[in-house]
Amino acid sequence: MPDLLLELFSEEIPARMQAKAADDLRKMVTDKLVAEGLVYEGAKAFATPRRLALTVHGIPARQPDLKDERKGPKVGAPDAAVQGFLKATGLKSLDEAKIQKDPKKGDFYIALIEKTGRPAIDVIAEILPVIVRTFPWPKSMRWGERSAKPGALQWVRPLHSIIATFGMETEDPDVVAFDVAGIEAGQVTRGHRFMAPAEFSVRRFEDYEAKLFDAKVVLDSQRRKDIILADAKELAFAQGYELVEDQVLLDEVSGLVEWPVVLMGSFDEDFLSIPGEVIRATIRNNQKCFVVNDPKTGKLANRFILVANIEASDGGKAIVAGNERVIRARLSDAKFFYDTDLKTKLEDRLPKFEQIVFHEKLGTQAERIARIERLAAEIAPLVVPTAQGAEKEKLVEKAKRAARLAKADLLTEVVGEFPEVQGLMGKYYAQTQGEDASVAQAIEDHYKPQGPNDRVPSDPVAIAVALADKIDTLVGFWAIDEKPTGSKDPYALRRAALGVIRLVVENEKRVGLQQRFAFAAEELLSVGTSHPIMDRNKLPFDLLSFFADRLKVQLRDQGARHDLVDAVFALGGQDDLLMVVRRVEALGKFLDTDDGKNLLAGTKRASNILAIEEKKDKRAFDGAPDASLYKDDTEAALAFMIAAVKSEASIAVANEDFTFAMSAMAKLRPAVDAFFDKVKVNDDDPKVRENRLKLLNEIRAATRAVADFSKIQD
Amino acid sequence: MDSLPPHMRPERSFQGLILTLQRYWADYGCVILQPYDMEVGAGTFHPATTLRALGPKRWNAAYVQPSRRPKDGRYGENPNRLQHYYQFQVILKPSPPDIQDLYLKSLAAIGVDAALHDIRFVEDDWESPTLGAWGLGWECWCDGMEVSQFTYFQQVAGVECAPVAGELTYGLERLAMYVQGVDRVYDLNFNGREGAEKVTYGDVFLQAEQEYSRHNFEHSDTAMLFEQFKMAEGACRKYLEAGWDSDKKERHLMALPAYDQCIKASHVFNLLDARGVISVTERQSYILRVRELAKACGEAWVHTEAGGV
Repeated sequence: MPDLLLELFSEEIPARMQAKAADDLRKMVTDKLVAEGLVYEGAKAFATPRRLALTVHGIPARQPDLKDERKGPKVGAPDAAVQGFLKATGLKSLDEAKIQKDPKKGDFYIALIEKTGRPAIDVIAEILPVIVRTFPWPKSMRWGERSAKPGALQWVRPLHSIIATFGMETEDPDVVAFDVAGIEAGQVTRGHRFMAPAEFSVRRFEDYEAKLFDAKVVLDSQRRKDIILADAKELAFAQGYELVEDQVLLDEVSGLVEWPVVLMGSFDEDFLSIPGEVIRATIRNNQKCFVVNDPKTGKLANRFILVANIEASDGGKAIVAGNERVIRARLSDAKFFYDTDLKTKLEDRLPKFEQIVFHEKLGTQAERIARIERLAAEIAPLVVPTAQGAEKEKLVEKAKRAARLAKADLLTEVVGEFPEVQGLMGKYYAQTQGEDASVAQAIEDHYKPQGPNDRVPSDPVAIAVALADKIDTLVGFWAIDEKPTGSKDPYALRRAALGVIRLVVENEKRVGLQQRFAFAAEELLSVGTSHPIMDRNKLPFDLLSFFADRLKVQLRDQGARHDLVDAVFALGGQDDLLMVVRRVEALGKFLDTDDGKNLLAGTKRASNILAIEEKKDKRAFDGAPDASLYKDDTEAALAFMIAAVKSEASIAVANEDFTFAMSAMAKLRPAVDAFFDKVKVNDDDPKVRENRLKLLNEIRAATRAVADFSKIQD
Repeated sequence: MDSLPPHMRPERSFQGLILTLQRYWADYGCVILQPYDMEVGAGTFHPATTLRALGPKRWNAAYVQPSRRPKDGRYGENPNRLQHYYQFQVILKPSPPDIQDLYLKSLAAIGVDAALHDIRFVEDDWESPTLGAWGLGWECWCDGMEVSQFTYFQQVAGVECAPVAGELTYGLERLAMYVQGVDRVYDLNFNGREGAEKVTYGDVFLQAEQEYSRHNFEHSDTAMLFEQFKMAEGACRKYLEAGWDSDKKERHLMALPAYDQCIKASHVFNLLDARGVISVTERQSYILRVRELAKACGEAWVHTEAGGV
């Protein structure tokens, strides 16, 4: 079966758009083929800086023939209906229609439409121009003479030529005849812009890819990446260094070259006094070069790796020299920024925050920092509950200091230039000005964790400030009703909540959230906003339920049962996430046992019966059962066990030993099972019935010591 | 080019570089203009670009434009940053199909050999909020250094470009530093002579950089500048209003003088911004005010003869 080769050759396509463009091209063409009845065997798309290419193989030479029967009006129907039928079916007259007998409803006309499949190449010639004209580039443009008229073709950059060939492997393929905005499809392309600019002709994908390679173009971006990575590693290794791998940079660089040539350059060793992250940011962001480590020290070496797009006539000497000069200038700038930053103490930068608005409804950055400082002071003692007296005071002071300085690096030159080193620079500047080690570390770490894979800080000062920062953010945006909706979460509040969860749970810290939320809301009212905020009594509950949702997502991602989170939160007052998680874990384990499963079944049975009877009698059956009304031994045994388990479980829960609480619950199971085996709840004697319902209620109440079993799914 | 005496060669002198580019684009058929006689932030502000980019008529021009960015002054202490520098600007309308090749040949003309150097077109979309203009294009890199901006104008002064113009902007000092192999802008050889006859970029401009940095950051008369901004804005509107030939607004007769006042307002705003007397929120509103002027000038221009009426 024939194959299709398509190439759209243009001026340089932005690197960041290439991968998606290749994918879109493949999808658009193959979807259209399938919609036209042309089911293909396989397709692959490619992108280089100057071309999008697509090969689709195994396309049938013709569309299948179609047979369609369409029901028409009744025989003798009004003329208008007949005309409509003829028009819709393309029949010339009713003579061409068949008559279908129908004794019940009356005979009616039927049109038999036979559509002969068209040659695939004709169909493709119609499909392709439409795809070119409607291609979903993130940004596209007009150009040249034709842009004077409305409706001019839009492409990411000027489009110069199109290859479209279609045919069998064994024969010379045909050119798919179409043109878009004056560009006629053909079979001619060009190679590398500088090394092989001449035009050449291709037949099909195999010779296209091979000829491109001869013309110094590596078509497949994955292959370009492989070449760059392998060559860069080898070059670094040969000189005794180790490449600092960087996938994002590799992706970008591979979209900037058609013929990657990896070279190494160096810079003055003096620049190594600048923090390594800043050197890397400079070299990577501005110059799109890789850095290397010295494997002996694990620190950056004064070398960099660049990826050129040409085999230069001097072996790359001029290119290396040119890049070295630019990098020298860039590093001079970075060093100047860094040295300048070091001249100003972090706290001396703070007054400027009074002029900087954090959010129009949430006051200035200075106000926000003041709030975080107080919240951090409030949280710090909870992070180290054993700290007392002077130790506690010291901890609180450190947390306040770190919170006060945490944002100061936002006003430094280096962070202004490279936002991605925020926090980290604050740490370096704090260390240089002699701050306490935990304070300096907390400045870097207070942004963490940034996502599910980011490191969670473990130093108490960092934990306190990181929690304060996130809680202030969450409460603030909750207060002004800027909650995340659907896929929209512009202030990354889900990430902030997940950060709080991870900080608390992974560090095993006890932080009652509702109180902190209330505290933060009070702070917000006193410093930062004159705007009306959400009802402050409601806010902590509302925000807590957001946390419950986040926790469910988090546990589900870890493979835990999220219904158990509901069962625990349904108990009410559960704002200590660590305890919630512990309880969920213990509950999960318990429910995996036979005792757990049966107790759950028994409890649910009790609940169901109660629900029915409560509805019938329009009353609740709470209150202690009357021992004198027990008619069966199992009733007394159950009552005894409930009392015993209740007290045991409550004590265990109070001691936060949920595993023990669960094993206490397990003891309830045989009594519950025996009760249901022997006893009919709805006894004829209404008093006995009432008493038994009370017993059932007691079962439910007893299990609530650990969770609301009714929320647990079977 | 081989016939050039050494002091005129583009890799030997700053002026030689400029002359070579002028000759190259003159040879292509461009009108070689002189700089616009007002303070502007970039070559794009020259009416030969901003206004001529609008309307259906062909227009090919090239010129050097001194550009002032008051905020970029560094008292002459930074090797790369200047508050006054030169751009070489080329505008080709409609953008010719071989515009990239034309650009690469211009690099060859000034001594950048494409077989020896790594020349790259790296995405850089251009937008000027004050001019109400945007386009798509690239930064052109030579061995990792940005030496030019390349833009296909899509919209200027709020008006769709039809046809689209291609704009090339060469950063002359950077390019000269590159071809001369110099790391500090003030060390550039300006006149291509050696020994006692040699004049450097520093000889010509260092004192100016120091003086203007003092002026821009410390002493410019802000009360006067605020007043000037208002006056320029007022005058621009007045000329725009008076320029319509009739109530039907079919023809405008004073687009250029009105646009001068828009340029004026833009530069005055830049001076005020450098003094740090415009707050973040005010800044937006100033930019918006200049943009409104630019848009109104663009609207007037397309009702003039050169604008296509």
